Amino acid sequence: MSTQPLIETRAITKQYPGVLALNAVDFDLHLGEVHVLFGENGAGKSTLISMLAGANTPSQGSVVLDGQEMKFDSVADAQDKGIYTVFQEFSLIPTLTVAQNIFLGWEPMKGPFIDHRTMRKRAHEMLLELGFDIDPNETTSHLSRAQQQMVEITKAFHGDLKVLILDEPTASLTDKEVDHLFEFVNELKAKGVGIIYISHRIQEFSRIANRVTVLRDGGKIGTVDMADTDEDALVEMMTGRAIDEIYPKIEQGSGEVLLTVEGLRTAGIYDASFEVRAGEVLGVAGLVGSGKSRLFRTVMGLTTRVQGTVKMRGKDISHAPTRDIIKEGIYYLSPDRKEEGLDLVKTSKDNLAINLVMGDKVGGDGQLVKWFEVNSEVETISDHVELHEGYRNKPVSQLSGGNQQKVLFGKCFGQNADIIIFDEPTVGVDMGTRAALYLLIKELAESGNAVIVISSDLPEVMNLSHRMIVLAHGHISAELSGDNMTEEQVLKFFFDETGAKQ
Amino acid sequence: MMTEAKKTGAFDPIRKTFIKVGVLPFFLVGALIIFTALSDKFLSLQNLVNVARQSVYLVLVSMGQMLVLISGGFDLSVGTSIALTSVVSALGMVWLAGIFPDAIWLAIALGAFMGFAAAISVGLVNGVGVAYFDVSPFIMTLGVSSVGAGLALFLTGGVPVSGLPFAFGDTFGFGRLFGVPVPVIIAAICIIVMWLFMSRTRLGTQVYAVGGNIKAAHLSAINTKRTLMMAYVICALIASLTGLLLTARVESGEANLGSTIALESIAACVIAGVSLRGGIGRVENVVLGAFFIVLVQNGMNLAQVSSYMQMVLLGALLILAVIFDQMRYRMILSGN
Repeated sequence: MSTQPLIETRAITKQYPGVLALNAVDFDLHLGEVHVLFGENGAGKSTLISMLAGANTPSQGSVVLDGQEMKFDSVADAQDKGIYTVFQEFSLIPTLTVAQNIFLGWEPMKGPFIDHRTMRKRAHEMLLELGFDIDPNETTSHLSRAQQQMVEITKAFHGDLKVLILDEPTASLTDKEVDHLFEFVNELKAKGVGIIYISHRIQEFSRIANRVTVLRDGGKIGTVDMADTDEDALVEMMTGRAIDEIYPKIEQGSGEVLLTVEGLRTAGIYDASFEVRAGEVLGVAGLVGSGKSRLFRTVMGLTTRVQGTVKMRGKDISHAPTRDIIKEGIYYLSPDRKEEGLDLVKTSKDNLAINLVMGDKVGGDGQLVKWFEVNSEVETISDHVELHEGYRNKPVSQLSGGNQQKVLFGKCFGQNADIIIFDEPTVGVDMGTRAALYLLIKELAESGNAVIVISSDLPEVMNLSHRMIVLAHGHISAELSGDNMTEEQVLKFFFDETGAKQ
Repeated sequence: MMTEAKKTGAFDPIRKTFIKVGVLPFFLVGALIIFTALSDKFLSLQNLVNVARQSVYLVLVSMGQMLVLISGGFDLSVGTSIALTSVVSALGMVWLAGIFPDAIWLAIALGAFMGFAAAISVGLVNGVGVAYFDVSPFIMTLGVSSVGAGLALFLTGGVPVSGLPFAFGDTFGFGRLFGVPVPVIIAAICIIVMWLFMSRTRLGTQVYAVGGNIKAAHLSAINTKRTLMMAYVICALIASLTGLLLTARVESGEANLGSTIALESIAACVIAGVSLRGGIGRVENVVLGAFFIVLVQNGMNLAQVSSYMQMVLLGALLILAVIFDQMRYRMILSGN
């Protein structure tokens, strides 16, 4: 590529107090190119795009647009210059209509009043031109997440769009919607727009990417042509280690059947039946919206059951409240540690103590809490999950995602559980901590517990599990084990409708 | 770590105290300085003993209020519980004393239990509404306080219930045991029980957990609905006990007792560092917070601030405390 880059950063650096978020990164984007930014959480991707989008200013280094050094004052300033970012958190106002959202901030005026008719007409034209089938008069909150994203993208086409930054655009899209998005991205490419694309979904890259830049710990590891690389190589670049160093080999025990679910039915789940055995890791995979999380939340009594039975060691717990199910020996770790996993203002000690106070592991049955015993057990657990001493007396809100997840993992050691359900156990957790968490999963399984891993991260489920169930549209579309557990097979059942109709 | 090093300055100990216990120490020192300057009687032993005796009622109600606040709600109906207890127990005692003129203590005990029962039903209604029907605590307790106040007025026709057994007022209103006023002894016992409950029992720990994050508590095998329910019932019960003590003090059943105590008790708690978002709060600080409110009222009386102006200042104090509570919460979350 001999042409001058559309936009580039030169030795861009961002220093926060105590943290070097970005360390002298060179990055360039050409006309009509899709350039993927790839890296773990905290690698510096968001920091990099926030500076390109005008939301943040670099401590050192420069941003160069069309050969000219730029300083963006604000996001609006960057948008004026043709750089538009679609963040993960949409900037749409849910109570306004699509047209109002698209024109928010620069509504067409007729005298002192907003010209609603022109606005609707132009919104309609813009949506049509981009090939989005959305009614501009619809209230935004009524749209699906994918449609909202389309509206968000449409907003970008106000001015002269040069650079479109997409931050995890496919995280909540169905497969069909992803196809549509990619078609659209390819059209933009043909029009000469440069696209910076951030995603964790490595399997998407070969479909759209021209080049990939890998970041790790704020530094640039390298930029490669997508044609010259493959997924394993990229993961190795991202993590600094090979895949088999991350996932431990877990010995499979041949235990008794602990949990039996038969014909479980609820809103969004149809006739789910499966068994869970002691000593095994059961993987649960499926797309967003497939019901993989909902299935186990129903087992835990967190959503209402409509039909079917759940038995723990032969005892019917279909209608037991969650607390009794936990006491029967099933523990569920929420995927959303901030919303429903941890008490953020409390220290990690307090968070761990709750399970010890409620469980029967220490302190006997009495109503009085034996804090001495509880506290010493909290220390043991904290050591066990390798939570650094300095973090134990800090409010959980101040810990990094990885350390918060360690505290959450610690909670399951406070409860005497036989089955531990990990729902998205490594969301927002860096690779180093992941490896540590996987070792805890290994230890739990090998000491005779049953472990269930629900995850959207396919390599994670596949590498940890002895057996997998795959969900599609609320049905269990496949149960795979041994040699059948290939990525190809799993993906086939992600979209498989035949399995659902059996 | 670098940020911490940077901020170590003269204000660091102040910041740490603020994060740890909240605004109370600063308010307390401020009040002592201001009122000592305004009146030379303020800082006398006799006055302080007097304040301690007067603060018994607010201390009790504030502990109940604290429990509800820690559980993540609040109770605007504590005043109603007091009024209802006063009216019901007084009516009960007068009526029963007429039936059993020879067993005056039986009449007092049964009358008191009738008062407790009335307050418990207030707590139950609050608890059921908040825990099982997800009504916001604000609306629930506001509604209930109207219902209760209306009932208390209806029962008495707005006229104080007089003719209470003398033994009741003599013992619980003005009585002394080993030279210590009976209300003070009762409050002391309650403080110890509450402290044990909050810091040593499973149920107390559960209240903190539910207030901190109710979903996380639910996933940690806690019966969250029962815990919420219990908080409102205990709060009403403590208010009821306060109502009895006040009834004994004024020697009549009155429907307008405790009309300002909801605001005062919330102010006492918030000043004492109980978070309005739930999950945080300590019994010993709340006792001090209630003491502080009464101390300020006493100081304003000595400085001859009019009672109308006192309302203004008290409300302002509450708002100020809430603003500081917000700042503190943000500091805890961000670690600054």
